[in-house]
Amino acid sequence: MLRIEKLKVKPLPPMSFAVQVGECLVIEGPSGSGKTRLLRAIADLDPAPGLIFLNGVERNEISGHEWRSRVRYASAEPVWWSETARAAFASPHKSAQERLARLLSALALSPKILDQPIATLSTGERQRLALIRALFDEPQVLLLDEPASALDSEAAALAAELIRFQILAGRSVVVTAHEQSAISKLAHIRLQLARLPGPRADPSQASNAAPLR
Amino acid sequence: MTSYVPLSYVDLAIAAALVALNGAISFAYSLRLEKSLAIASLRMVVQLAAVAVVLKFIFAQISPIWSLLFTIVMAAGAAFEIVMRQEHRFKSWLPLLLSSSPAFLAGLITTFIALAVIQPSPWYTPRFLLPVLGMLVGNALSGVSLVLDSITSAAHRERNVIEARLALGATRFVAFEDSLKRAMRTGLMPILNAMAAAGIVSLPGMMTGQILAGIDPIEAAKYQILIMFLIAGSTAIAVLAAGIAAVHFLTDERHRLRLDHTTGAAKN
Repeated sequence: MLRIEKLKVKPLPPMSFAVQVGECLVIEGPSGSGKTRLLRAIADLDPAPGLIFLNGVERNEISGHEWRSRVRYASAEPVWWSETARAAFASPHKSAQERLARLLSALALSPKILDQPIATLSTGERQRLALIRALFDEPQVLLLDEPASALDSEAAALAAELIRFQILAGRSVVVTAHEQSAISKLAHIRLQLARLPGPRADPSQASNAAPLR
Repeated sequence: MTSYVPLSYVDLAIAAALVALNGAISFAYSLRLEKSLAIASLRMVVQLAAVAVVLKFIFAQISPIWSLLFTIVMAAGAAFEIVMRQEHRFKSWLPLLLSSSPAFLAGLITTFIALAVIQPSPWYTPRFLLPVLGMLVGNALSGVSLVLDSITSAAHRERNVIEARLALGATRFVAFEDSLKRAMRTGLMPILNAMAAAGIVSLPGMMTGQILAGIDPIEAAKYQILIMFLIAGSTAIAVLAAGIAAVHFLTDERHRLRLDHTTGAAKN
């Protein structure tokens, strides 16, 4: 279970919420409302005051890289640094390679794509591969930032289905998505972030950042 | 064997005439280099004259304290110059000091190796200690400056890659692996090139100087070889230590990328 207590992420008010095992929290809100910053803070990629527990263990009790191998953040714009995707899936275990094959077929990707130069792949293919990369070593929590933003409706439906399987397998998922999208329908809980409190807006408006069940 | 030929001030004036020619060309083609040329020439003359006076004093003292003090002042000047030229500098002084001190230490260690080999007596004879220490620290420093520049620029330019790797559970050193390797290669490139080019493309400065001073070319080459190896060694140590220190200070104890530790940080 992922539990967040008084997490302070600018420009949002301190937030507290919990995502149970096998639950999905969908975060919605206009761009610039702090969705990405919230996910990055939960992954401990940016310093943020407050407490974050995974199964009762606070993030500061374990090292940062250990936390992020359990609480996996996948950015909206996937980044690759190797020539082909194959390098990201290095594992000597046969079971890992079988899992990789299953993940690829779940997103309608051919195994051959692993050996094609990343630069020649389409944005959608790269995004699907990045989702697979995030799931590959089976983290306990998935923090997915717009995982279907570059996908057509067919591929987005497959991605939503794959994420649903992850939830059924007992992972906690926090995902940002557009309203009415296939992924948005996975929500057990919803978090609506308000527009950035600008000079004219009332800052207390952002206090609707309480999850609705 | 010819011996050392002293220069008169008239000789220097003749050489200076060439710089004046340079200035004339710059003026004729409006390259606008006259001013920089004049300032640089003047600086060079004043600096070298001042150093010569100081060296003369130190050589007369034959004291390790004076030699060490002189090197520290020179190296500190070089370090400051180098740091100021970097695009993304560390904000506080501590990381700066900790990442440039490898050059001093590596230079110092290898200087003792040199002294153990050359065995001047006493070991701190400034005539040996100063040039060797100066060359080693100087080369290590320029290697360190290349490493720091390369790795801080890489952290800014490739922040997405580094953060993506961190997000996948990599430690800071794994996330910086490629940038660190590239930075270390960059830092070692000058000495590798110098070694490869020595004697073919250019005669190394120290060897040239010794030959001008009337030393047998074979002996001068032996000294140059010794110094080249020591420079390679001290630069390698300094470059490695500075690279590791830089990764350390570009991140924090939670293995997060902290570009806010450097100047010119982009806000996310």
